Amino acid sequence: MTLQLVLVVAAALFSVGVYGALSQQVVVMVMMGLELMLNGVILAAVACYWFLTPTPTAQVVLLVVIAAMTVEMAMGFAVATLLHRSRNSDMTDMATDLRG
Amino acid sequence: MSIGIAGTVVFWVLAVIAVLAGAAVFWVDSMARATYALAVSFVAVGIQVLLLGLSYIGVITVLMMIMEMAIMAVYMIMFMGMNPALMPMSMVHGKRTAVATATGLFLALTAGILLAPWPARSGDPVPDPTAALGEVLMGSKMLVMIVVSAVLLATVIAALVLALPRGRYDRFGDDLRRRPPTDPQPGGVGR
Repeated sequence: MTLQLVLVVAAALFSVGVYGALSQQVVVMVMMGLELMLNGVILAAVACYWFLTPTPTAQVVLLVVIAAMTVEMAMGFAVATLLHRSRNSDMTDMATDLRG
Repeated sequence: MSIGIAGTVVFWVLAVIAVLAGAAVFWVDSMARATYALAVSFVAVGIQVLLLGLSYIGVITVLMMIMEMAIMAVYMIMFMGMNPALMPMSMVHGKRTAVATATGLFLALTAGILLAPWPARSGDPVPDPTAALGEVLMGSKMLVMIVVSAVLLATVIAALVLALPRGRYDRFGDDLRRRPPTDPQPGGVGR
């Protein structure tokens, strides 16, 4: 087991998440893509902790990533609720008012 | 410090499960199944974190994601109904662009990972990483937790502002000049 191999797995998770975030139309599915991206970031951060710097500071970085995941989830659900109330839909294509 | 041969085998089995379950999120034909697939992917990564000695981070990752998937299931049923959440569906746009972007990103990341000169590990993990994390959070890294606290508070307020159906813009209109206000949910003292 090497750092590079674990990071490649993390990159695969991140890339699958990018595909989902870009391609999905339903807000909840877009959120799932973002979650998968953060899943890859968690794995990469843990790999860096184990293979490079096994210090408590590296764990703090992980806590920040988990906090970011919490924020993404809360705001995503709030936006989904708002979209459903105002447009009676949960599709991103129904919220293109700010498109340039 | 090593996780042993058995630990390594389990780690790679979990890695394969995590990636396949992650891909299944956008491959299965219903949102409910996609939720289960994402939960499996997260639990696999959480167990990998546990294998690498970070018991606290691993446990909160698994617990948080299980709770989040439960909330996602509630949202799906709430917005789509029970049957549509289980019905086959494919709601995608720009699929080719997304596939090309994700593939290009994976290749670029892999090239960077394999070509970068990674340094050697500095030191060994402490015997009790959870206690060490607690001490550092209450000491030199307290500013991180203070900033995270403020961000989480702002998130709570922003989420409420977005989700509440009876905000000032709902009542007074976009220019806040509507008189009398139209309340989606009438109520309050004297009304």
